[in-house]
Amino acid sequence: MSAHTRDAPPNDAESLTRVVIRFAGDSGDGMQLTGDRFTDVSAIFGNDLVTLPNYPAEIRAPAGTIAGVSSFQVHISDHDITTPGDVPNVLVAMNPAALKANLGDLSSGATILVNTDAFVDRNLEKAGYDTNPLEDGSLDAYTIFEIPMTSITKKACEPLGVKPRDAERSKNYFALGLISWMYSRPTEPIVAWTEEKFAKKELVRDANIAAFKAGYNFGETAELFDHPFEISPAPLPAGHYRNVTGNIATTYGLIAGSQQARLPMVYASYPITPASDILHELSRHKNFGVRTMQAEDEIAAAGVAIGSSFAGQLGVTATSGPGVDLKGEALGLAISLELPLVIVNVQRGGPSTGLPTKTEQSDLMLAMYGRHGEAPMPVLAARSPSDCFDAAFEAVRIALKYRTPVMLLTDGYLANGSEPWLLPDVDTLPDISVPFTTEPNDGDEFLPYLRDPETLARPWAVPGTPGLMHRIGGLEKEDGTGNVNYDPDNHDHMCRVRAAKVAGIASDIPPLEVNGADGDELLVLSWGSTWGVVDAGVRRARTRGHNVAHAHLRYLNPFPENLGAVLSAHPKVLVPEMNLGQLSKLVRAEFLVDAQSLTQVRGVPFHAEEIETTILEMLDE
Amino acid sequence: MSDDSTGSVKFTRKDFQSDQEVRWCPGCGDYSVLTAVQLLLPDLDVAPENTVFISGIGCSSRFPYYMNTYGIHSIHGRAPAVATGVAIARPDLDVWVITGDGDALSIGGNHLIHTLRRNVNLTIILFNNQIYGLTKGQYSPTSEVGKVTKSSPLGSVDFPFNPLSVALGAEASFVARTHDMDRNHMTEMFRRAHDHRGAAFVEVYQNCNVFNDGAFAEITSRDSRESMLIELRHGEPVRFGENDSLCVVLNEYGEASVAKADEVEASRILVHDEKRRDPSVAFSLSRLAEHPTQPTPIGVFRAVERLVYDDELERQLAQASAERGPGNLAELVGSGATWEVSG
Repeated sequence: MSAHTRDAPPNDAESLTRVVIRFAGDSGDGMQLTGDRFTDVSAIFGNDLVTLPNYPAEIRAPAGTIAGVSSFQVHISDHDITTPGDVPNVLVAMNPAALKANLGDLSSGATILVNTDAFVDRNLEKAGYDTNPLEDGSLDAYTIFEIPMTSITKKACEPLGVKPRDAERSKNYFALGLISWMYSRPTEPIVAWTEEKFAKKELVRDANIAAFKAGYNFGETAELFDHPFEISPAPLPAGHYRNVTGNIATTYGLIAGSQQARLPMVYASYPITPASDILHELSRHKNFGVRTMQAEDEIAAAGVAIGSSFAGQLGVTATSGPGVDLKGEALGLAISLELPLVIVNVQRGGPSTGLPTKTEQSDLMLAMYGRHGEAPMPVLAARSPSDCFDAAFEAVRIALKYRTPVMLLTDGYLANGSEPWLLPDVDTLPDISVPFTTEPNDGDEFLPYLRDPETLARPWAVPGTPGLMHRIGGLEKEDGTGNVNYDPDNHDHMCRVRAAKVAGIASDIPPLEVNGADGDELLVLSWGSTWGVVDAGVRRARTRGHNVAHAHLRYLNPFPENLGAVLSAHPKVLVPEMNLGQLSKLVRAEFLVDAQSLTQVRGVPFHAEEIETTILEMLDE
Repeated sequence: MSDDSTGSVKFTRKDFQSDQEVRWCPGCGDYSVLTAVQLLLPDLDVAPENTVFISGIGCSSRFPYYMNTYGIHSIHGRAPAVATGVAIARPDLDVWVITGDGDALSIGGNHLIHTLRRNVNLTIILFNNQIYGLTKGQYSPTSEVGKVTKSSPLGSVDFPFNPLSVALGAEASFVARTHDMDRNHMTEMFRRAHDHRGAAFVEVYQNCNVFNDGAFAEITSRDSRESMLIELRHGEPVRFGENDSLCVVLNEYGEASVAKADEVEASRILVHDEKRRDPSVAFSLSRLAEHPTQPTPIGVFRAVERLVYDDELERQLAQASAERGPGNLAELVGSGATWEVSG
């Protein structure tokens, strides 16, 4: 293992500063559960961590095939980390396909734990192996531990009266137990969670716990391993923590926004990967006054949210790229109606159905420009799973204050990935409520488009308010009265005033922070989920003695007011993105800066090494 | 608005008229629907500020601009969705949907059927003129096969929808039909629809005098109504024509047809039951006339009670609050496994 120190601690466990473990198996093998449990126990233990789940779009792809491989990578450390790790140090391979699909990501010398029971002819053939890799010497560069996980699990479950076929399904718990021993994890949290989770299925519960203990004990007693490892808790800032995924943090951020605005939320959406968990989670919190609706389609979901906002509540919808395509017309309506609306886009690989379960950042242009006409809309992006909370809250704030739809961009990696979250003190969250208009605003008249001179927001008068009845629509309207109006000058004015309203938000957001100094030869400009890996890449370049600055954009529209100045303070600018260069196009167009693009759309995050290498190459030029 | 002797506020037609000039073509059937609604609303005991009209796109969808209520002229076909948002957010409001045959049955067909099956508390008025008016005269999803229009110079080869059959097939709990030549009947249907709890669907045969003039003339003109319109009345035998000489009977398969009253036994004449849970008889009646050139039933085809979507949503919210208390944000973010890091 690459990252360990040589001093063995007194209890015989060898200390490591960090390790990257990848659990891989068939999509029916329970690898996501295994990874989740290991993550949770590591979080409770106090390590810093970042996770990277990766699974096929098919619910059950053909068993034993490469297409059906599901994996979960977790990076745990005794210090602050921001990426799920470039290269796994340890691979748990539950079958030949899992081995084959993941071997290429490992460095030589990596440790591989294989379930030998699954290395039979039929599975080898399905994975496309002509010979058994455990026997043909092709794995000589790795440290291989061959363990008959299935048969030991079956044996451990035998006394419980579990049928062998059912017992076999607990083999992921065996792997979890073994890895827990290897990395000196406490067993109690996993046992307690399992007891609760499977409380109603006693046999499954008992089989899983038996398999878990068998795995743990196997590590302790088998002579395969001379000693376990340990990774000390990371010195994280003091406070109360939990582990959180991006989708859950988004949900909480929306609820917090609704609470701090003192407005009930109506959340309408259509199931779509990877955004559905937001619907699932919000549906569980109706006691916060959250009305959730599973609409008949993406368009209806947007329409319902718009109707709710008109009625004086917080309308929210979430989806992924294909859904944003469908909602485009409704978003234009919301822009024209000038009503608050939050749209979360959990980006995934496109175009078309694309890669439903893989991550990508390729909807930036869609968020900025994906509507007909001059249809400006504020756009925000979250940078890490826990940051989704703050980003969602901010999206609500802007939507309400400026009476505008706001698009929050997250992505598949943020949505399903997790990290420890220092719980916010919710009592310190700002009040973001906005007053409804209840009185005429022009003598005895109510003018629905008479704007606040500062924010350019129009009044929000909700049905039920006597005397303020008004009709609004998608047709162009006269500023002030809101009456249908086709006058050329009025339309020109309205397009410009809608643009000015969104542009004006720049004075209401924090300036772009730069991690580095003016005059650093290179600035790396990132947005969204690449934050962690860019941060890691920049740190690496700095340890090699280079002066590299990093700035990360939360606000994509409008940009922070100082972005132009930040860009021009650095001779070279690098923009890494999981698309083919969308932000770099925007900054080049907006600021005439010769930004260089680093792009990839492989459906997985960048490696810190790629960032580092590109930085070094640019500095060499 | 006026105060009567009891002190309660009475609204008048004027209270529901906006200051916008009505801009439909002179002679359009839409005018009479607008008048019927504006005359009815003061009678319904709801205030203008508690009334919302949501429309889609099309000639009829300009309707909200002419109502002094809250309203949205939304996007093509999506009015039921937008109205659903208003209705679920604010069960205290009266929410109306104004739509047309193209808006509701073509581009917005999906929203219409799902809104009906959910039984959202909305009053939906579909202006059916069997033509696209706003886009100047293409055939619509209710136009008859063979119709010659700008987009079908050799005659349309599209088989049309029967709006009532669609609504009944979509599990609508209230289904009615009326026409723009009879204000009293329209008013009665709108009143019944408004009073129904759940999604109420009213089809209005509406004349487009520019692009499809006279589409319903054979049944709605004053002198043909008696023999061509079959007015359904709950609990009464379905009879029509001069001296009630005609009637509707069901055959052994439940198919409705017209018969001469003196040629069938009185017991065979269909007695209309709008509360029948099984929609098949209402469905048969909706298809009695293949075209509005044959004797056509009007009135309330179906009015049954079933769970209302917005009520159920409210109930779940109340239940969640009763069981778990009002939401506590600090508890929510700190739920699940947590741990303490000391400085």
